[in-house]
Amino acid sequence: MRVRDLEVGYGDKTVLSQVSLDIYKGCITALIGPSGCGKTSFLSTLNRLTDHSDARVAGQILFDGQDLLRDSVDTLGLRRRIGMIFQRPNPFPLSIRRNLELPLKEHGIRDRQVRYRKIEKVLKDVGLWEEVSDRLDASALALSGGQQQRLCIARALVLEPEVLLMDEPCSALDPISSGIVEELILRLRGRYTVVIVTHNLAQARRVANYAGFFWMTERVGKLIEFGLCRHLFEAPRHALTAAYVSGARG
Amino acid sequence: MVDRLFGWLMSGCAALVVSLLLWVLGDVLIEGVAHFSWSFLFTEPEDSGRSGGIAPILVSTLWILSIALVTALPLGLGVAVWLSEFAAGRRRFSDIARVTLDILAGVPSIVYGLFGNAFFSIYLGLGFSLLSGGLTLALMILPVFVRTCESGLRAVNDEWRRGALALGMARSAAIWHILLPAARPAIGAGLVLGIGRATAETAALVFTSGYVDRMPESPLDSGRALAVHIYDLSMNVTGGDSAAYASALVLVVLIVLLNTLAQSLLEDWFKRRVFVS
Ligand SMILES: Nc1ncnc2c1ncn2[C@@H]1O[C@H](COP(=O)(O)OP(=O)(O)OP(=O)(O)O)[C@@H](O)[C@H]1O
Ligand SMILES: [Mg+2]
Repeated sequence: MRVRDLEVGYGDKTVLSQVSLDIYKGCITALIGPSGCGKTSFLSTLNRLTDHSDARVAGQILFDGQDLLRDSVDTLGLRRRIGMIFQRPNPFPLSIRRNLELPLKEHGIRDRQVRYRKIEKVLKDVGLWEEVSDRLDASALALSGGQQQRLCIARALVLEPEVLLMDEPCSALDPISSGIVEELILRLRGRYTVVIVTHNLAQARRVANYAGFFWMTERVGKLIEFGLCRHLFEAPRHALTAAYVSGARG
Repeated sequence: MVDRLFGWLMSGCAALVVSLLLWVLGDVLIEGVAHFSWSFLFTEPEDSGRSGGIAPILVSTLWILSIALVTALPLGLGVAVWLSEFAAGRRRFSDIARVTLDILAGVPSIVYGLFGNAFFSIYLGLGFSLLSGGLTLALMILPVFVRTCESGLRAVNDEWRRGALALGMARSAAIWHILLPAARPAIGAGLVLGIGRATAETAALVFTSGYVDRMPESPLDSGRALAVHIYDLSMNVTGGDSAAYASALVLVVLIVLLNTLAQSLLEDWFKRRVFVS
């Protein structure tokens, strides 16, 4: 995925401008930066969720050689290929099974046996199968926060996406659940392209191959630095990055 | 000390109101039961309703209510969904729609009666019929039903909306499978209000369904609703009081039954879909 000169604004306020970066297949890309600098806005342009807010988006995002910001793009199909996980776990108020089944049905998978096989596989993938296989028809809202977040990851994965966008997926979880989800994210490396926003710098260092640092200059979010995660943390080129990753600013 | 006094005052108010309500209900029950018999439900009224039963009136009432609910339910849900899910881009128009609904909700039923008479009975040529009456009642209960359902939908967790969108689900699917079921309590409340208002209505029906107490043969016949019957018995028929009480008892039981039925249907329909948190 190649992002070129992306600009996002709400009304006449620009919140993000001149963002250009490459997101590499099969790698984990972490985005860090202080609150309000437009990381969530950036993520939501990648699956066109911005269509459903009053956001203005300009620039180019090339995905498979196509600009996914063009009007003619089939957004429902796009979102099947690019899944998203939110900060607060948001399982639907349905049974665990129906949470996973509904998106499959909506994407035209009619055969119940096929659906059940996919559901079992994906629950095993996220390590929930052991914990919930005997209560698939119980409410998903009865799960713990960490389990709910893993269910949400399963719900995105069950559609077999290529890219997974994660917006602070651990920040609403306790340290233990957070650790479990982080391990899960690590296991996704190589199979999926992951873009993860996190405020936890140590986590970014542990999981990511690439990292980008956003910062507000004159009230507009900019991508200050982008590169290999190691370089960004150990040998930042930019003074702002150095200050942020060492904890001196932010 | 002040708090204690305040507490007493409030519990006094509560006791007063509750006992008044119990008295009304008890009066209807006791007087009604005294004059009630099963044949009352299944026979035609005689002697202007002083004796005999209420069979045709019950049938008319059920016709009118079914027509009103079958019309108002889908239409009202449609408007509520539009207002809460699709109207964002048309703020001016939807604001006007909301204000209009709120005004319409407060319009006295007799005005609906006049309108229903002019529009359904005369302009559409439906005459004095159960259909005219049912449609008029549908109009009458729509505003409150729409606003209740709309606020129920608005209260649904926005993260479910975004979650559904992010999974590439069509908005219609999200509405049907997640948002409407999650708004079920509000839809149920709106339905209860509507059923209550429609069942108790007299003024609007006199102009549209008429007050003939014959057994209707089709929804295009005119017919007398239960509330109209009670009004007629107690105001126009000397010696009709006992039949009025028995009819009032039937009316109260009918409202309770209808509400229970509506709730359990709604529950049943949504239960398979959603666990209300
Ligand atoms: N729907 C919206 N309408 C108007 N302004 C918005 C909207 N969403 C975000 N903004 C504004 O855009 C700016 C960037 O917000 P965004 O949520 O992208 O930041 P963020 O980097 O994700 O912050 P955080 O770390 O707190 O999640 C903020 O100033 C915010 O107020
Ligand atoms: Mg954010």
